[in-house]
Amino acid sequence: MSANISKSIKSQAKPGRTLAILAIILVAFTALALIQNDKVKLGLDLRGGTSVTLQPRVAKGGNVSSAAIAQAVAIIRQRVNSLGVAESQVTAQGTGNNQQIVISVPGDTGTRIVDLVGQTAELRFRQVYAVGAASAKTTSTSTTSTTKVTVPKPGAKATPTPKASTPAAVNPTFPTGVTADLNAKFGLLDCTKAANRQGGNIDDPSAPLVACNRDGSGKYILGPAELVGTDVASASANLDQTNGNGWMVLLNFTGSGTTKFGAITTRVTKLPSPQNQVAVVLDGLVYTSPQINQAITGGNAQITGNFTQVQASDLANVLKYGALPLAFDRGNVEQVSPTLGANQLHDGLLAGLLGLLLVVLYSVFYYRGLGVVSVGSLSIAGGITYLLFLLLGKWIGFSLSLAGIAGAIVSIGITADSFIVYFERLRDEVRDGRSLRTAVDTGWTRAKRTIIVADSVSLIASALLYFFAVGDVRGFAFTLGLTTIVDLLVVFFFTKPLVTLLARVNFYSSGHPLSGFSAKSLGVVTRKDVA
Amino acid sequence: MSRLSGMGGRLYRGEKSFNIIGNRRGFYALSGIVILIAAISLSVQGLKLGIEFKGGSQFTLTSPGATIAMGQQAITDSGITSETIVQKIGTDKIQITTKSLTNAQNDAVETAIVKDFKVAIGNINVMSIGPSWGKDITHKAIQALIGFLLVILLYLGLAFEPKMAQAAIVAVLHDIFITVGIYALVGFDVTPATVIGFLTILGYSLYDTVVVFDKVRENTRSITSTGKYTYSQAANLAVNQTLVRSFNTSLIALLPVASILFVGAGLLGAGTLKDLSLALFIGLATGTYSSIFIATPILATLREREPAMKALAKRVAQRGPQVPGDVVVIAGVADTSNIVTSTHSKENRDRGPRNQPKRRSRR
Repeated sequence: MSANISKSIKSQAKPGRTLAILAIILVAFTALALIQNDKVKLGLDLRGGTSVTLQPRVAKGGNVSSAAIAQAVAIIRQRVNSLGVAESQVTAQGTGNNQQIVISVPGDTGTRIVDLVGQTAELRFRQVYAVGAASAKTTSTSTTSTTKVTVPKPGAKATPTPKASTPAAVNPTFPTGVTADLNAKFGLLDCTKAANRQGGNIDDPSAPLVACNRDGSGKYILGPAELVGTDVASASANLDQTNGNGWMVLLNFTGSGTTKFGAITTRVTKLPSPQNQVAVVLDGLVYTSPQINQAITGGNAQITGNFTQVQASDLANVLKYGALPLAFDRGNVEQVSPTLGANQLHDGLLAGLLGLLLVVLYSVFYYRGLGVVSVGSLSIAGGITYLLFLLLGKWIGFSLSLAGIAGAIVSIGITADSFIVYFERLRDEVRDGRSLRTAVDTGWTRAKRTIIVADSVSLIASALLYFFAVGDVRGFAFTLGLTTIVDLLVVFFFTKPLVTLLARVNFYSSGHPLSGFSAKSLGVVTRKDVA
Repeated sequence: MSRLSGMGGRLYRGEKSFNIIGNRRGFYALSGIVILIAAISLSVQGLKLGIEFKGGSQFTLTSPGATIAMGQQAITDSGITSETIVQKIGTDKIQITTKSLTNAQNDAVETAIVKDFKVAIGNINVMSIGPSWGKDITHKAIQALIGFLLVILLYLGLAFEPKMAQAAIVAVLHDIFITVGIYALVGFDVTPATVIGFLTILGYSLYDTVVVFDKVRENTRSITSTGKYTYSQAANLAVNQTLVRSFNTSLIALLPVASILFVGAGLLGAGTLKDLSLALFIGLATGTYSSIFIATPILATLREREPAMKALAKRVAQRGPQVPGDVVVIAGVADTSNIVTSTHSKENRDRGPRNQPKRRSRR
């Protein structure tokens, strides 16, 4: 008992300080939130929007590599961004073969987005017929291609090919393969417009193509596809150690790819620029169009051209995964109108308020004076949670969904449960004959452990839910986990110190009928009653 | 209310006691029957799965004066011939559920809805689920479940005792099974939100069990040295002492869930909130039941098999006229008006905190 008393004396010195620290932290957070002057980010189900989840279709025993997913995300992001809707998101979720791509676009885009992301990207190699500036009306032959394809031969320098200067501008006779019809299309294509660069258009591999490059800096007339993505056996980014030209991409073709690539390179290498270029077309957009310096019949090629490491590995990924070894299934499409979103938000908040009110009423009714502590703690917990929603929206892009609101509402109960565990302990201690002041600390040492274990279980549950799930479930798990942590903070740094302070107030320590500690409500039978 | 909290005091001192551990066979049998019913309805009727699991499309629109006939007309107009369900939700919402549709078919339905109901296309809520999606989320839910049970087994084994972990897991499985059974029996829709609810129950059911076990551990810590009570008796006291707490925590947890259920089902008609809160509501109720009537009795059964506990039970039986496995009375004042099945001996009377020399309270 003496240990307990000394302990209680020690901790009784602290409550004011703890509360003050908590207040300072709260004020700091509020100030931070005020400075950012932002609202809580809402999920698509609360403000309207479309979300599409794509699932990779995996062959039996096949694997989904993260690199392939990242490549797919990049391709889809390119398409989605072309819509120009702010705050669109394309993310990969999950791990291993359970990876999914989640696309969410706020607002009223309708089925357009579904069509846009649903198509499979295709990688094709096409001969360049003509090139032009992004919005040029005519073809030009002046080429700026600095990338080259050569046979990787250790020590051998790439054969410099003099850039042929054919008569520029409008030639009455079009370059080989270019028809008047194609030329007209080419003239109309304005690659400075993002809408023309969204890709996703399935190009006919057997027909010539008019296409933009990815950044919109140029446009092309291209011949029919001569190789497709599946003709590429492997591609990797390597440091060009023999020539010291920085990064390059090594390309290795399959058997049939080798024959086809041999044929195209043998043919074009003799042609003048730009027709000696072979364009790598992904998803209807020209990714790069290296100049072919020699016939490459061995099935191995290297692409050089002042690449940075990132550029080289990007290109290698395009070549490797361009054909999307991942076909995607449209797993889940959800389209919520802004009106319904607003309704759901309203109802979610209503349910939350109602739940909070009921909990407050019950705790005041049952715990009387102690109810004040539980109401105060719930308000603090609510405040901290709101601030966290606000700040996390800014910091990690957290957005509140309907399931998230539900998680927060459920957590009201769990938060209140922590107080009950403590209060009941406290009352048990008083029933054991301890004074309230002592009970505050002896009860706490025991309740603390229960609360920590119980909250840990809650945290484990939400972490696992978050880890295994996608979409809605994740939002729920995240808020549940977050509010559990808030609960721990509040119990330790607010509820406990506050009870310690209150125990010094006569109203509580004397067991006033309304304090929640009256002998009657505790069922304490005093000596007098027995005698 | 003060009567309830007054009862908390009597339960705490053991004046009033429910013989939960002693009657465990009855509770096992009760749960066994419920589980049997659950199993039968699950195998006969199965679960009513939402389109998220089966694949399909669901169109929801709000239009005053919308009728089911208009919805059926829209389906006819769109040329969809496969099975469709048209439902009216609330006063002005129509929900059309179809089998898996192609993109073009989806568009056709939307166009028909726009035409027949005269709503803007942006005001139609569409959810379309690929056929393999459901398999995937079911798979994930099972993964999460197994992972969760393993981690919890480990954690509780470390934080408490291995046998407590086992008993807690049995209680959780019990809850899941009963909840799923109720869904099969009543025919509630099972959606991903329901699955979230199920998984959350796991956490909550354990929360409750943890609170009770914490007290059990405290009460049983020194039973072998004092030799006054058997493990079952001490555990039973713990359950009784935490009864009010369990009641309060469960009620307080149920209140917000009930309010989601009320708003979700009453005002919204259907959707995430209703599905989630319904699963939670049923799960919380069974969770509270199992932590008191299943988890602790199982723990007692497991522990009583230990040789040390058997020896203890023998010693306690020899000590006095107490019937083994029966309720302990710590304090003497007997409130025999109720449920107390114990016979307490005279020498038992003056034990318990109340009869200890009283410290002068510092008022």
